Amino acid sequence: MAPTEEKNDRMKARRTVAAALSVLALTAVAACGKDGSPNSDSGTKGGSAAPQLPTYQVNADAKLDASPTWTEAKKRGKLVIGAKSDQPFLGFEDVQTGKRNGFDIEIAKMVAADLGFSADQIEFKTINSSARETSLSGGQVDYYVGTYSITAKRKEQIDFAGPYYIAGQSLLVNKDNTEITGPESTKGKNVCTANGSTSVGNIQKYEAKVTTFDSYSLCVEKLLTKEVDAVTTDDAILKGFAAKNQGQLKVVGNIFSEERYGIGLKKGDAALQKAINDALKKHEDSGDWKKAYDATLGLSGSAAPAVPALDPTTAS
Amino acid sequence: MNSRSASVLYDVPGPRARLRYRLAGALGALGIAALLWWIVSTLSDKGQFDARLWESFEYNAVQQRILDGALATLKAFGLAAVGSLVLGVLFAVGRLSDHRPVRAVCTAVVQFFRAMPLLIMIFALYAAVFTAEPMWALVVGLSVYNGAVQAEIIRSGINAVPRGQGEAAYALGLRKTQVMTLLLVPQSVRAMLPAIIGQLVVTLKDTSLGYIITYPELLFVGKWIASNSDGYPYIPVLLVITPIYIAMCLALSGLARWIESRGRRGANRRGAAAA
Amino acid sequence: MGILFEKDNFSLFVRGFVGTIELSALSALFALLLGIMLAAFRVSPVPVLRAFGTAWVTVFRNTPLTLLFFVVTFMLPRLDVHISSFTAAVAALSVYTGSFVCEVLRAGINTVPLGQAEAARSLGMGFGQTLGLVVLPQAGRAVIAPLGSVFIALPRNSAVAGAFNVFELFSVQKTWSEDSYPIFASFFWLALAYLAIGFSISSVLSLLERRMAVAR
Repeated sequence: MAPTEEKNDRMKARRTVAAALSVLALTAVAACGKDGSPNSDSGTKGGSAAPQLPTYQVNADAKLDASPTWTEAKKRGKLVIGAKSDQPFLGFEDVQTGKRNGFDIEIAKMVAADLGFSADQIEFKTINSSARETSLSGGQVDYYVGTYSITAKRKEQIDFAGPYYIAGQSLLVNKDNTEITGPESTKGKNVCTANGSTSVGNIQKYEAKVTTFDSYSLCVEKLLTKEVDAVTTDDAILKGFAAKNQGQLKVVGNIFSEERYGIGLKKGDAALQKAINDALKKHEDSGDWKKAYDATLGLSGSAAPAVPALDPTTAS
Repeated sequence: MNSRSASVLYDVPGPRARLRYRLAGALGALGIAALLWWIVSTLSDKGQFDARLWESFEYNAVQQRILDGALATLKAFGLAAVGSLVLGVLFAVGRLSDHRPVRAVCTAVVQFFRAMPLLIMIFALYAAVFTAEPMWALVVGLSVYNGAVQAEIIRSGINAVPRGQGEAAYALGLRKTQVMTLLLVPQSVRAMLPAIIGQLVVTLKDTSLGYIITYPELLFVGKWIASNSDGYPYIPVLLVITPIYIAMCLALSGLARWIESRGRRGANRRGAAAA
Repeated sequence: MGILFEKDNFSLFVRGFVGTIELSALSALFALLLGIMLAAFRVSPVPVLRAFGTAWVTVFRNTPLTLLFFVVTFMLPRLDVHISSFTAAVAALSVYTGSFVCEVLRAGINTVPLGQAEAARSLGMGFGQTLGLVVLPQAGRAVIAPLGSVFIALPRNSAVAGAFNVFELFSVQKTWSEDSYPIFASFFWLALAYLAIGFSISSVLSLLERRMAVAR
């Protein structure tokens, strides 16, 4: 009895190993793939009529010795910028090419150009919402651009430059939905949002049934499969998804809260804060800001909002 | 033993029973085939086999991501495996200590961590301590929880070592630490290896909880790829990463069986030599 | 520690507690049914069914629970199967736990010595009598303890559902963490809740075990 069993066991073990090896072999065979084609990196669909992204003049003799962050970045020869990677046309990373694009990414690039860093001297790092403050004060990133609302509580830990965009909570629905036109019409409807956001409280006021997942892309998936009636969060994020799914989704209603997006940086680096604010001001005045909007979030069909005035309290 | 032997439940089948079995077999095969066909045809009806949804996998960047995800899973698993085994031995020895306070503390700790949901602990660690390094929340949580489970396995292994061995060792003048480290723990680990590796498979599977605290392991990476590709290929991504998880777990349990069979061979040989 | 008595936290906590219990109880029921069916497949004399049972158990015992949750939540809607998040969670937990139940049952049947069944058959008992009067009562006793640990794990595993839009105790932890209450205060109350659930299950089980025990 025992020897047979032992043999069986050994055979079973061998079969398992063989199975595992064949899976590995398959993976290895598949591993000769293609590189991303350079045409797809802009992320914009549409022909030559599509709005073009602006280009930025790198300020080669930028000098900011008063800023420890800048000095450090100059020494290592590149700027590390924190960003999101899953918000289309806002802070997005193309899976096929590994390239970043979106409105927040453009803001990050235009500021970097004024600080003396060209696009290929930027290293983008994906940082999740909950880790933003720690990564800034810990010095893992030099500054952060990614739907980062300026709040008093965050200002206790870090500093902001900006705001560079005023967002507000809004609603994303399927194109053929005519019932939901604003927050008042969400009563009894299924509305999806991500955990850890103030959006939950805001929409519950209107007696909507709230569904929560850990990211907006999952909410959009639920919207596309018609399991929820609407997705709610900042209009900037929603516009990006609407632009990505043109012909399927639309943003409706007026915004019903105010979120001022700023650029997060390490607390106490006043020189960097001023330089970023100056850079924002310059590109807003030159029309780069508008161009960047039109080529990204503008694809959703929503017109550009007014350029926000820099906040005197952030530029202290 | 031939294949037509009786089992606890069924007698050796006669000609009519054999016919019945064959009939049931044919029906069962038909049913399973119908089920598989239904799954495949539903998937293809819904356009899930369209080339558009699968083309992401052809790109080097995507393959690299999946590989990175699998490696991140294995990294968290490796650290947690070491951590849980070290903690397991410590807790097990602590529970068998001669000092009552040590015993009480270790027993309480083991029972507490065995009763707590891993996710609750990992999330608490993530929110309170490791906000910027979710990997360590995952690793510490996995180590503590699985350490408590491994401790119980190792302890029962130590208790299964014949008492005479310990007594003999004490009689030879070995101290308590020596008896534990030289005699009891090694024998226990060896005897309990299948159970220990079985728990390691659980540890490997539980690394996927990292998904919830945004640690970029295989499942998290899979979700990211699906949500950032055109057409949102959630199903293709799941069809790719599920086999990877299953293969990793099977490889680990295959290792367990291999070690077990080797161990038994060794024991037999020694037995033969002694006789 | 006063966190439980602020605002409407207490009703939130109770809601989460009830959610966890509902989820675990329903999943336990379906896991048991599924496990019995799979075990029947795995010990059946028909090779095709045995192979199917083995394949099923191999797949689902080696798939992470979080992945299963992901499958039921995001794969089914794409196939036009629309179920509520709660149903989806019960499905994921039952399928996951069911394969463990199957393995325990199978091991239990294998502990009954072949001679017992042979003796029953030579006394002229039929299949139903052999199974019902001889094999299952003995297997049942062998199965209680390991089955208990499978079911004690269920409420713990059910916490994952909180990440997939089901309101239970993990959702309570997330809500409190978002409201920036101290983590360890919320951990304290959750630990208490889970310890209470675990303790209740294990006392029921030990009662059952004592009832089923026979003096030998």
